[in-house]
Amino acid sequence: MTGGSELERHDYDVIVIGAGGAGLRAAIEAHEQGARTAVVCKSLLGKAHTVMAEGGIAAAMGNVYPEDSWKVHFRDTMRGGKMLNHWRMAQLHAQEAPDRVRELEDWGALFDRTPAGLISQRDFGGHRYARLAHVGDRTGLELIRTLQQRTVALGIEVFMECTVTRLLSAPDGELCGAFGYRRDSGSFFVLQAPAVVLATGGIGRSYAVTSNSWEYTGDGHSLALLAGATLVNMEFVQFHPTGMVWPPSVRGILVTESVRGDGGVLKNAAGERFMFDYIPDFFRSETAETEAEADRWYTDKTSNRRPPELLPRDEVARAITSEVKAGRGSPHGGVFLDIASRRDADYIKKRLPSMYHQFAELAEVDITADAMEVGPTCHYVMGGVEVDPETAASLVPGLYAAGEVAGGMHGSNRLGGNSLSDLLVFGRRAGTAAAQYARSHDATPVPDAALREARDAALEPFSRGGGENPYAVQHELQETMNALVGIIRTAAEVEQALEQIAALRVRVRALSVQGPLTYNPGWHLALDLPHLLRVSECIARAALQRQESRGGHTRDDFPGPRQEWAGLNLICAQDGDRVAVTRQALPVMPPELAELFQESA
Amino acid sequence: MSYEARLRVWRGDADGGDLQDFTVTVHEGEVVLDILHRLQATQTPDLALRWNCKAGKCGSCSAEINGRPRLLCLTRMGTFAPDEVITVTPLRTFPVVRDLVTDVSFNYEKASEIRPLQPRARDADGNHRMQQKDVERSQEFRKCIECFLCQDVCHVIRDHEDNKAAFAGPRLFIRAAELAMHPLDTRTDRVELVQEHGVGLCNITKCCTEVCPEGIRITDNAIIAMKERVVDRRFVPTTWLGSAIRRRRRSDPS
Repeated sequence: MTGGSELERHDYDVIVIGAGGAGLRAAIEAHEQGARTAVVCKSLLGKAHTVMAEGGIAAAMGNVYPEDSWKVHFRDTMRGGKMLNHWRMAQLHAQEAPDRVRELEDWGALFDRTPAGLISQRDFGGHRYARLAHVGDRTGLELIRTLQQRTVALGIEVFMECTVTRLLSAPDGELCGAFGYRRDSGSFFVLQAPAVVLATGGIGRSYAVTSNSWEYTGDGHSLALLAGATLVNMEFVQFHPTGMVWPPSVRGILVTESVRGDGGVLKNAAGERFMFDYIPDFFRSETAETEAEADRWYTDKTSNRRPPELLPRDEVARAITSEVKAGRGSPHGGVFLDIASRRDADYIKKRLPSMYHQFAELAEVDITADAMEVGPTCHYVMGGVEVDPETAASLVPGLYAAGEVAGGMHGSNRLGGNSLSDLLVFGRRAGTAAAQYARSHDATPVPDAALREARDAALEPFSRGGGENPYAVQHELQETMNALVGIIRTAAEVEQALEQIAALRVRVRALSVQGPLTYNPGWHLALDLPHLLRVSECIARAALQRQESRGGHTRDDFPGPRQEWAGLNLICAQDGDRVAVTRQALPVMPPELAELFQESA
Repeated sequence: MSYEARLRVWRGDADGGDLQDFTVTVHEGEVVLDILHRLQATQTPDLALRWNCKAGKCGSCSAEINGRPRLLCLTRMGTFAPDEVITVTPLRTFPVVRDLVTDVSFNYEKASEIRPLQPRARDADGNHRMQQKDVERSQEFRKCIECFLCQDVCHVIRDHEDNKAAFAGPRLFIRAAELAMHPLDTRTDRVELVQEHGVGLCNITKCCTEVCPEGIRITDNAIIAMKERVVDRRFVPTTWLGSAIRRRRRSDPS
């Protein structure tokens, strides 16, 4: 097709786009259901963003606290999301997570153990009981490696370093496959299949300060919109409270919440544990009032309440931002995270080995002797493809979404540890449903015209000389989103961001690329940028509409949550060239679950 | 604090290439990957390199810096003198795709030959029970981030392409050791399997251990441990007799 070479074509029942936790879990399940399955991923297998998850997998196994149950986990998840979560997703997630963790052991995962030999569970923000199955602070690596090795053992086809640029539809609108290019050679391929699972992760590369890798360009969100699916909750972006802030080159790299779960505390420049000043009414009855009570909680959870450092992430991120704004920050614009003065060196090295190395290697800080400097970093998008909770199906028949690219599960704010469990629970459900769909739907042939058009569009940046540099455009978008649609938002700033996004969209049409087709990152970025702009527009438009502050969305001009927004989701859909946002009522929780929230907190 | 660094980067593809000189601005605290990204954004938009996490957790940005296998994201510019020329080249053991990107499919092919865990049944309540001290041996090997620096530095394959068919390399030896020491595994032939993967060719120079960014004691805890098991197995008289007979039969010219 290019240079006279043939277009590479393959037929499958199910195509999974993305090879992180959700994608691999979906592929394993689809394969086990008998579907001919292929995985497509932008990096090498095993390098997906899941590898960076540190703390653990939240699952109410009750190994450490037998009083834990799916109902408590469900309640924590809904309250953490400020009740905006899809209740059925949160319920399925809490019910199924323990089994999803246990099966990982049969595939080789080796979690840390309790004295009784069971899977150990650690404390995390917003979780009432110690609940996170973990391996030191490298749980994501264990998860990805386990799923990777299972995928390989089952002989599932993996297209490594391949980017999907389009979902393909037949003239009658039926989904019929995916078109993309091989990053190493620049050659094009088409995968024909009746069912496609999106598992592409998030959108963090829209922001200048982020813990996310280059892959997080919102491709899946954007492909879903273009295929006719809808996105929900896009105004909710999670800024993880603790990213590294110094030196500049590591700004945004994640510092795991486990530091706080294992006893670390946040302090301002005056040495005060400022989180006690930021306990919201919503969580007051379950949060410690004094430092002494908070410290006792680590060893006795029944008669003491949780330290405020372990409030949900949105609360902690806002508190840090306020301290810095008030001039009580650390020398490099963050606050101090101190575990050195609270736990001995051996304990820290044993529980937090990768944090110890990260600070030693990248910042020349010994975390067993000195405090870390930390500040908020763009970490996760709660918003994503609107899906059916049971099947992970989008509104487009045959198109499924699981993991970070799907929306609804986490409401307005995700609890730490709930991402890895989300990947497993809904990855598996998406795999089952996609395989089932493929059994009753034959692949529709891909029309040649669509292939020609997809190829021409991908090659277009090469045909333009002297235009815009893709790196410069990406940089401007990241600065815009960081400054104007960041942690604290106002109508005026978001409107300004929307104007700038519109201007950047014009510039993206003028991008020009030099060099060969083989492994050309400038070209790859040029093709990612339209996706980044589309998801940025979704975030900004939804953020402008929601006139309240809730979870990961804080409006300086509308402080606090408002009753009229408590039952409303915002839905994004593609409308010609732009994104349209509509309001939609939340699904109503059945009475037996609603009761869980009537009891005293 | 900023200065101009002199960088020499290998650029080219499978048909050949050469070292090219660049001058790039460096700020405080930066790592080599930052400098290459700045080069990409300002001078060479098509410079091919791999990266993901930028925090030493994913093992994507492996290359050779001044001839030494390193992760680009963990190599601080501060470790070099400001006037030192820093040379960045692709991993030598694998075929070049373009610039700093090599074809590492060798490692994935070898990984697919590893026989997966064959776990014992779960306890009646659906759980597996293992003691922390028993999981720790295999946990050390599961820290591996698959940067393949150990594969790159290994003498057996670095300059001997013909050894690749019979030799899986240190990364896969720790995988084999992980499974052999895995508390749940029920296979009894792990020792034979690691021999099939060519552990006998390793002459214990410990280069792999030295370059491991995770500090895994590859040689002592995996390779030597597996070699000892091979020896133990040979000198159990019945095993020795059995394998001696099998060997003779296999080499029988008829």
